[in-house]
Formats: sequence, C-alpha cells, structure tokens
Amino acid sequence: MTYLTDSPLDLNLLIARVHGADRGGIASFLGVVRSHHQGRSVVRLSYSAYPEMAEAECARIVAEAETRWPVHVAVEHRIGSLEIGEAAVAVVAAGAHREEAFAACRHVIEELKRRVPIWKREEFADGGVDWVGADAGPEAQ
Amino acid sequence: MPSSVTSPAVTVTVRLFARYAEVVGRERVDISLPPNATVGDLVTTLRAREQGFSALPVRMLCAVNLVHVLPSHPLRDGDEVAILPPMAGG
Repeated sequence: MTYLTDSPLDLNLLIARVHGADRGGIASFLGVVRSHHQGRSVVRLSYSAYPEMAEAECARIVAEAETRWPVHVAVEHRIGSLEIGEAAVAVVAAGAHREEAFAACRHVIEELKRRVPIWKREEFADGGVDWVGADAGPEAQ
Repeated sequence: MPSSVTSPAVTVTVRLFARYAEVVGRERVDISLPPNATVGDLVTTLRAREQGFSALPVRMLCAVNLVHVLPSHPLRDGDEVAILPPMAGG
C-alpha cells in the first residue's frame, strides 16, 4: 500500500477502497490547506517526507486501528506543493456502525500527525518562508 | 577460531530532513562510533564533531531503521538513523 502521493487526493476513491456490504458506517477526515498560520497570510505550502518511514509508520497506524476496532481504514497524504484549499490528507474508516468508524478515523489522523515523518514549509504573503513546527514540538528547548 | 570478546565499532548512516537538513547543509552523514554506542551517544558525537550539528537542538526525535526510538536505543553496524524535526503532517 502506498500512503504518500503527489497527485490530488480523491476522497471518493478512498471510500471505494473500504466500502463493503457489511459496513454501515463510514467516517472520513479531510485536512485542507489553510490560508493563514499564526496570524500570517499563507499563499502556498509544500510537504516533504522521509518517504520510507512515512509509508511504514502509516502502515503501522492503519494496522493498529484495524486491530483495535472492527474497521477498514484508508489513508493518503499528499506530498509536494499545494495551493490554499487543496486537501493534504484524507482518512476514511468503515465499520458496521458509526461508533467504531468515528473512533478509528479520529485515532488515525491524530497518530498520523504525531508520528508520521512529514514536514510542511509555508510561503507567506509577506515573502517569508518557514518550516511549520520549527519553534515548537518535543525538541523545543 | 576467532575468540574476540571485543565488539567492533559501529558505522551508521545519519539522514537529515526538512529544516534540519537546511541547518546542517547535508542530508546524509556516515559516522563511526565506539562499540555499544546508543542513539544519544550518536547525537552527542555529531554535535561535538560534525560541522553544523551544534546548531540543532540538544534533544531531537530519532528513528532507527524506520522506527521511532528513544535515546537509549543501542546502535548496530549498518543502521540508518534519521534525525526528525517536529512532525507537521496533516
């Protein structure tokens, strides 16, 4: 399974992957590029990754969710340059009922943000460029 | 018949990404360490010995062979160690 892509994300394709006759609840999350960050106007951003590990970590997170809840999960994260309003990440969880679908979907996006080695570089309207998280996170001193 | 009880030195490949690669000016560094070195020892050695690394934080997230590890993780010859800036996916 490939979790990283440099093509636009299509939520319906992910839904089709996990859809099934016995799955009555499908929850999805779409993370979209925002026009502002900490008060500055963002014009564009780009995502980069440690691709081998990002793929492995996504696979582990999906496996964990599918073990913990009776669901099927699909995830994709976009890499490369994105415009405002484009989807950066898509998560879909399908189960027999909505409870497990919502819980698994939430778990996967939270763990992805915490564990998957992907980085975001924002270009601001004022001409500045910055790595998101450069002055925060567990390595802050 | 070899009967050495001394562990050989370990050589690992260090990979850098995103802001850390920009700060150091390199994406890959090969380095040899004493036997039984840990990830924490590696970071200390890099900061002391390799140009650009002293500008990085003292505490950094690290992965060995594509898995997140703690500083106490022991290194083996041939390991790929990644030094990871704060995650910003999603």
